[in-house]
Amino acid sequence: MTHHTLSVLVEDKPGVLARISGLFSRRGYNIQSLAVGPTEEEGISRMTICVTVDEFPLEQVTKQLNKLVHVIKIVELEPTTSVQRELVMMKVRADASVRSQVLEVTQMFRAKVVDVSPEAVTVEATGTEDKLAALRRMLEPYGIREIVQSGMVALARGPRSIAAHHR
Amino acid sequence: MTSARPTAPPGTPGPAANGTRRPAPRAGVPSEQQDTALQAPLRPDAPRPTHVDPEPATGAQSLVRALEAVGCEVVFGIPGGAILPAYDPLFDSTLLRHVLVRHEQGAGHAATGYAQATGRVGVCIATSGPGATNLVTPLADAMLDSVPVVAITGQVGRKLIGTDAFQEADICGITLPITKHNMLVTDPADIPRAITEAFHIASTGRPGPVLVDLPKDVLQAQTTFSWPVETRLPGYRPTTRPHSKQIREAARLIGEARRPVLYVGGGVIKAEASTELADLADETGAPVVTTLMARGAFPDGHRQNLGMPGMHGTVAAVAAMQKADLLVALGARFDDRVTGDLSTFAPEAKIVHADIDPAEIGKNRPADVPIVGDAREVITELTSALRGARDGRDARHERLRPWWEQLETWRQTFPLGYDDPADGTLSPEYVIERIGAIAGPDAIYAAGVGQHQMWAAQFISYEKPRTWLNSGGAGTMGYGVPAAMGAKVGCPDTTVWCIDGDGCFQMTNQELATCAIEGIPIKVAVINNGNLGMVRQWQTLFYEERYSNTELGTHKHRVPDFVMLAEALGCEGLRCESKDDVDRVVQQAMSINDRPVVIDFTVGADAQVWPMVAAGTGNDQIMAARNIRPLFDDPEAVQADEVSRADHPVDGEEPAR
Repeated sequence: MTHHTLSVLVEDKPGVLARISGLFSRRGYNIQSLAVGPTEEEGISRMTICVTVDEFPLEQVTKQLNKLVHVIKIVELEPTTSVQRELVMMKVRADASVRSQVLEVTQMFRAKVVDVSPEAVTVEATGTEDKLAALRRMLEPYGIREIVQSGMVALARGPRSIAAHHR
Repeated sequence: MTSARPTAPPGTPGPAANGTRRPAPRAGVPSEQQDTALQAPLRPDAPRPTHVDPEPATGAQSLVRALEAVGCEVVFGIPGGAILPAYDPLFDSTLLRHVLVRHEQGAGHAATGYAQATGRVGVCIATSGPGATNLVTPLADAMLDSVPVVAITGQVGRKLIGTDAFQEADICGITLPITKHNMLVTDPADIPRAITEAFHIASTGRPGPVLVDLPKDVLQAQTTFSWPVETRLPGYRPTTRPHSKQIREAARLIGEARRPVLYVGGGVIKAEASTELADLADETGAPVVTTLMARGAFPDGHRQNLGMPGMHGTVAAVAAMQKADLLVALGARFDDRVTGDLSTFAPEAKIVHADIDPAEIGKNRPADVPIVGDAREVITELTSALRGARDGRDARHERLRPWWEQLETWRQTFPLGYDDPADGTLSPEYVIERIGAIAGPDAIYAAGVGQHQMWAAQFISYEKPRTWLNSGGAGTMGYGVPAAMGAKVGCPDTTVWCIDGDGCFQMTNQELATCAIEGIPIKVAVINNGNLGMVRQWQTLFYEERYSNTELGTHKHRVPDFVMLAEALGCEGLRCESKDDVDRVVQQAMSINDRPVVIDFTVGADAQVWPMVAAGTGNDQIMAARNIRPLFDDPEAVQADEVSRADHPVDGEEPAR
């Protein structure tokens, strides 16, 4: 089983997410992360889907995804030829005694403090999965009260656009 | 405004009420059965609107006019609360015939039978909630057999959606994995486009069912209707033209092959490619096998047709595929019932796989030459590529001579056949064979699912496409009667037989009331062996003759009495219990055309479907009859108990019911 990142252009219609996730769930696959948002073209959304599956069933799933009426295009993005980012926000316990240490870690990871209160700070960071995991390990000793993390978004390197063929 | 017929504001009576038109009989219905005094007379051949400038209409009127404009002639349905607004303008339509079914499942299978017999889109209508969920089985059935069907369902009003309102079901959610596409229409202005897109999606590319869900208040709302409408389907672009490089490569492999087989699937019928296939078969000289979904795509009477492959296929067809050096799959999908154990299927064959659905290619068996395209275009281009090849037709035929010697040996040594039951009971195979011989190749045959379905696929000669209708992929018991009804509505001048089992018949026979009332004189042969025959066969072979819950009592108790049941449903009921009577009773049924006919053929319970590849085993282990394995070289393995152990089904394998 290997890790795969699919970038999917879809029409922004009700039910499109259920149609796509259904093709994974019917085989018992778990979607590890999923991010959806608008694109440069009105009415078209882009999904980034991360799954861990074997090569062959993924090829079959991809072909079936392509058959969905609302799916416009699918590409698989390789880690070496694409930029992949996730966003995390962590609420860290940090009273006056440790706040400066927490801020130091935050700066080392080029993360930002987006909220502060006498007992806690909220840190926002973007990066690859590895970097965010490292940040989390560094902040855990202070006590993480809650975490929210986005699905991965990814874009191929170079001048070409996923939509180039579609237009 | 160039609308073909006047529009009335909602609530005003239909045109017939003003006295300018007299009610006329609906198609095929004796006039004494007419009591629809207010209903508009049907004029199905009247011109249909091709251009309508925007004009006011309710959502329901817009729906009916869109169905008319898109070319729909017949809808099978049953009204209820949420769909009720649509039934009012339907009452006025002179272009749409509505067939009032007795159960929504009947509507769905009738739409499927209509579509399979005519090639046109079949349409069914149901109300929300249980009406819609009763369409689930026929939609799943149409999905697996790639049949163009449009289902129109009522839905609760927009404000009630999601509140668990009376008769609410999330039918789009429920049918998501069993439709090609579905849509909930929330804006009445979108109705003509939704219908246009539904018909387009259902009938193009790989055909399939599309469901359109219409909330009641959307049907009631005022909107405008105009025609035609533009579709907006940026993500839907089926590939129909095959890639020329792949065609050349396939033609090269065909030219080199010594043991080729044309493996023909239902896609050839859907693509209307039978004529083209005959040319290709002639050009290549290769044997042809026609799958369960492709019976009739290539004439059974043709010398090159080896019959049906698969679990209950002919030894010649199965053996040809196993020993082939090239399989040319045309609109076929390497279904598990054709391949048996995949790892031992056609081990020496290279694969050319042509299908309109790219997701089918390489799904079960990797393709050496994948071709995405419409079967007719693929076949036409393959034939012309072969005609341009260095070797001519005669050289190709000459090269295949040793192959044909081998094929003829199999064909002559292991022909399809059956023995009359030793206990003197009527042979089901004989009954089916005689129906086929008497009704002939111009009739349409629709089957249920089980032993009788396999015998009908084996012992009737199909010479033309769209004469054999069955539930191949889903194996839906109860498909037969309503599918035959739909086929007869679509082809009123054709004799339509339903070959059914006593188990299947008890699932959907209420549609015979529809047939009797609506003037749809189908003929039903109930192959009544008193049991769920196919399951019983598996119990005989694999469960030590422990007949758990397969005896239906239709012999022992004669419950129901199919003759009395037929008559209660407004049909002619006949019974046949001996071989000598078969021809006479079939002829009698053939002579009755003013009402449906049901024949209870009381047949023996022990007849089995042969040949058979047991589930979970490879096709090399095909048994021509019990324990006779022509392709399996180990003589010791032919001993009875060895075989029953070796062929015991693996976990999870199910008989076809």
